[in-house]
Amino acid sequence: MQPTCDCCSNLAVVHETIVVEGRRSEVHLCAEHAAERGYLLQGDGDSLLPAGLPLSKLLKKSAADPAAPAVSSTSARTPKACSSCGMTMASLRETQLVGCAECYRALEEELAILIGRTQEGATTHAGRHPMHAAKLIDRAAVRNRLTRDLREAVSREEFERAARIRDEMLALSDPSEAQ
Amino acid sequence: MNNPILPTIAGFDGADAPLGDCVLSSRVRLARNLVGFNFVSRASPEQLADVVHRVQSARLGGPFESAVRWVNVQSTTSLDRLLLFERNLISRPFVESTHPRCVAISADESTSVMVNEEDHLRLQMLAPGMQLRQLSERMFVFDGAIERSLEYAFHPRFGYLTACTTNVGTGIRVSAMLHLPGLALVQELEKVQRSARELHLAIRGFHGEGTDALGDFYQVSNQTTLGRSEQAIVEQFAGEIVPQFVAYELAARRTLLERDPAALDDRVQRALGILRSCRLLSFEESIKFLARVRLGVSLGRISGVPRHLIDQLLLAVQPAHLSRATGCALGNGRDDRGPRADFIRSSLR
Ligand SMILES: [Zn+2]
Ligand SMILES: [Zn+2]
Repeated sequence: MQPTCDCCSNLAVVHETIVVEGRRSEVHLCAEHAAERGYLLQGDGDSLLPAGLPLSKLLKKSAADPAAPAVSSTSARTPKACSSCGMTMASLRETQLVGCAECYRALEEELAILIGRTQEGATTHAGRHPMHAAKLIDRAAVRNRLTRDLREAVSREEFERAARIRDEMLALSDPSEAQ
Repeated sequence: MNNPILPTIAGFDGADAPLGDCVLSSRVRLARNLVGFNFVSRASPEQLADVVHRVQSARLGGPFESAVRWVNVQSTTSLDRLLLFERNLISRPFVESTHPRCVAISADESTSVMVNEEDHLRLQMLAPGMQLRQLSERMFVFDGAIERSLEYAFHPRFGYLTACTTNVGTGIRVSAMLHLPGLALVQELEKVQRSARELHLAIRGFHGEGTDALGDFYQVSNQTTLGRSEQAIVEQFAGEIVPQFVAYELAARRTLLERDPAALDDRVQRALGILRSCRLLSFEESIKFLARVRLGVSLGRISGVPRHLIDQLLLAVQPAHLSRATGCALGNGRDDRGPRADFIRSSLR
């Protein structure tokens, strides 16, 4: 059985594994949402290639998991679920409600896509935070800035600069956070 | 609960509410969840009762320092539930759901905390007129005080975590209840609504989602909560959006006065005449005529009726408030039009 799109209930035709800082996450998109996110559908749709140079491809080169496939058009899998409350993206689509705080960690990339759609493209908090989160915040803020810079460097095809930023991101990630 | 919700109209006696001619009330709301519990829709009744217990035994501070009234919404009467709803202290879903939930209300009724609405906590502050800046400052102090005894669910990338992704990040919703009869009369309301949608604002009627624009009252609020700071969201509302709406509305009122003052006078005086003499009034009719009188009072075309009296009546003529004040029966099919007309007549004498 093929998984459904991260953004709607249609069958996904694009399947991508993104590795950022040694953490893998999967993206599944239907033709419509794939096109919206910059994937180019070639021919009659059975061969799919990302348009231009995707961020994920660049990240993958120096990332910890070189075996991760960039694009595979067939991949049977069990749907990812939150280990704490059991929520899947499919059940979220039905109820429109996230199950628990852990969902946001377990399904971070999937939720980021959904959040971007409901929040005019924003996926990063820029406001107040509880005192207990102060330490987390600073690192996250730096990481966010670096991610933005990296995207900019890639879009301008400044690959040396991109590689430098990439190294900075690797140095920033806390080893205790890696899975 | 032994003592009933009082029929006083605290928080709505704003005789000198800022921009009160066009802004009925301001509201700031924060959505928060506690760590260690599933969100409300995925929690068992036992867990939800636990959340209630946890919040009730925490020190909420701020406006609750001196006195706080807890209402067990699950076990209180349906009349009290509706009173709280009509007074904007709890939401429609909170009235109708059946799981363990409660609400804390400050002595002056300006602050309420719903426990186990869509999120574990919904903090809300309400004030007459345009007071979003003051409200939000007080809200952040309050939120900080609560955080000292309850740990909030927070994510370094997504911010404050909420059950619905439309609230994630700051969890803040700022809104203003606007009175725009001038724009409606010069038929420019649609244009203004369109531009509001382009600014990604939500526009709703008198009683929140799904109600139409009874009496030309419109509630505008922000739709996105992520990617901007709370201050930026509040500032956009307090500094740009609401003043812009008010400027359009005041311009429309000036146009009306210049174009045909007799027609305007007839409209507002006729409404006052009906309210002062008729014997049967439905809720919808009473809002419609009170809103017209409100316009007349704001423009100085009606004297002897203070605006804040009209604002109190807008609240008091709602079914549950009327039932509490006059003892008339409440419920589907009950005719409360007679008591409503009597109540308004005696108030406007
Ligand atoms: Zn889709
Ligand atoms: Zn979960």
